[in-house]
Amino acid sequence: MTLKIYIPRDSGAIALGANEVARALKAEIAARGLDARIIRNGSRGLYWLEPMMELETPAGRVAFGPVKPSDVPSILEHHLSSGGLPPHSLDLGRPEELPYLARQTRLTFARCGVIDPVSLEDYEAHGGLRGLRNALAMTPEQIVAEVTESGLRGRGGAGFPTGIKWKTVLEAAGPQKYIVCNADEGDSGTFADRMIMEGDPFVLIEGMIIAGIAVGATKGYIYLRSEYPHAEVTLNEAIGVARKAGLLGPSVLGSRYAFDLQVRMGAGAYVCGEETALLDSLEGKRGMVRAKPPLPAHVGFLGRPTVINNVISLASVPIILDRGAAFYRDFGMGRSRGTIPIQLAGNVKYGGLFEAAFGLTLGEIVDGIGGGTASGRPVRAVQVGGPLGAYFPRELFDTPFDYEAFAAKDGLIGHAGIVVFDDTVDMLKQARFAMEFCAVESCGKCTPCRIGSTRGVEVLDRLAQSIEPERQLEIVKDLCNTMKFGSLCALGGFTPYPVMSAITHFPEDFRPAPVRQAAE
Amino acid sequence: MPANTEIIASVTPIIERWKDEEGPLLPILNGILRELGYVPREAIPVIADALNLTRADVYGVVSFYHDYRQEPPGRHVLKLCRAEACQALGGEAVAEKLQKLLGVRFGETSIDGSVTLEPVYCLGLCACGPSAMLDGEVIGRLDDDKVAEIAAEVRS
Repeated sequence: MTLKIYIPRDSGAIALGANEVARALKAEIAARGLDARIIRNGSRGLYWLEPMMELETPAGRVAFGPVKPSDVPSILEHHLSSGGLPPHSLDLGRPEELPYLARQTRLTFARCGVIDPVSLEDYEAHGGLRGLRNALAMTPEQIVAEVTESGLRGRGGAGFPTGIKWKTVLEAAGPQKYIVCNADEGDSGTFADRMIMEGDPFVLIEGMIIAGIAVGATKGYIYLRSEYPHAEVTLNEAIGVARKAGLLGPSVLGSRYAFDLQVRMGAGAYVCGEETALLDSLEGKRGMVRAKPPLPAHVGFLGRPTVINNVISLASVPIILDRGAAFYRDFGMGRSRGTIPIQLAGNVKYGGLFEAAFGLTLGEIVDGIGGGTASGRPVRAVQVGGPLGAYFPRELFDTPFDYEAFAAKDGLIGHAGIVVFDDTVDMLKQARFAMEFCAVESCGKCTPCRIGSTRGVEVLDRLAQSIEPERQLEIVKDLCNTMKFGSLCALGGFTPYPVMSAITHFPEDFRPAPVRQAAE
Repeated sequence: MPANTEIIASVTPIIERWKDEEGPLLPILNGILRELGYVPREAIPVIADALNLTRADVYGVVSFYHDYRQEPPGRHVLKLCRAEACQALGGEAVAEKLQKLLGVRFGETSIDGSVTLEPVYCLGLCACGPSAMLDGEVIGRLDDDKVAEIAAEVRS
């Protein structure tokens, strides 16, 4: 029997040497004349164990990691010896039983890291396409109702109910409607979109097809950031396979519905993650934010009705149509239903992806799951929700992971990325970076964002130099207020979150320099 | 630098491939970037003409996006992540060290033309930072050894 060996093609794993391991494995297989096949799967999201290699045995898969090319011969030796040797030092046992994975509720990411990402047979064998087949037997109204009842909210950050968005497009009239997938995952600390596109692209494709059937759209675009070249390759490979199999094309799985899609690459502009800027960019313009209304649902891509959803929102649709709205809705808390792929990043011991129902507290996530910092020093601050998200101190670690609970603490979940900092962090520097980032990435359309961020950098620089510090603090607060309420989109509007949370929760870092130096 | 006719010869097939698609400008510019490593000024009137846009429209788009360099890059392009998750893991120190070792600042190409150093705001490798991309290949957990390796590689 052919031995199957899995080594991820996920860019996180590649960044840690997965390609070198795969090369060593190929050479070793050839040298030993083994009957073995290397499968480049996605990552299971346990990045401290990447590159993680898995061997299929009659008793299930066995994982090894983190693997270096030089470990490959001994791992194979071990496997082939069929007992008798002491356990291999990198042997992790059955991957599903690793506590980090066993504690998760993997709905959207059920197949990620398990299957060959570009094998439609693998996808179907693991429950893929069941949602689409159910959808094909339903009316568009029924599909929209199912998504609405599931309680799914936009996973890109805004948390707008997905079903309501779809209903608006379903009811809008137009010669051509579109499904646009926002894959411009620009927030630092987030990589869930990338992981699913590299590890299970068919789930996104299936979600987009279901969306198309639900609202009457026959064309889709995935707007992918240029920083994700590996995701581009995997998506295009999967789209090719889907076309060949009749999943995409003039008749989806032989039905009366047509749907096809294309991947479009961005060009390094953070603001294009904002949906209206993304649409302008997709049309071939500068990525300038549009005033709303009109909503993209009415006047979207090329002025036509458009559903624009985040990758994870669309990738969560197949399971909802497969298992039903109630199944999905039963996970979570309050108005945050279902699961959310939490991304643990930065200075954290066990960094990776952790999909769970809403409701875990920030402390459970950072200390319990993340294991504290990688540096071993105390956790001082965590930024939740990317560069526009607030910095939380330990005192707020009892906040449950829920859209409303975070909003009540002047923060946001965003795309559910959590960046951990140890006690060496300088919060004045982080606040300055937030302003600087906004200045670099502002589309320039509205004054509070364009000018406010630039003035913000200057004022914080004066504060750092202890020039009239009290006055600078007042100016910064006033600037933040203007940006928050006067900006056209979340870039200018939310930059005050990291800045104000840093000032509020870490005031000691904003005292005049002589005082700060004396305190050290 | 290639002559005008060479530039036109290399951008024309890219324009032809995309001009009848919806929203063709970014795919065209991305194609040119992949082919030439930058978007030459000489390409702008050719694109404008094919898409029935003004040259100012096209230039406006080129100048908006960080990816569209307007000068040829060095033989290697190194993008270093400067965003928060990498900052939390000592990304700033890595940035200082790389600039010193390579003798360039961000946005510059070394005098010998060996390398262009650019900032990037997140490569999605936030659980294995500090991270970088060298000629399209991703590198995680940058430390002194890996930084020295990168410097040696781009110089060779």
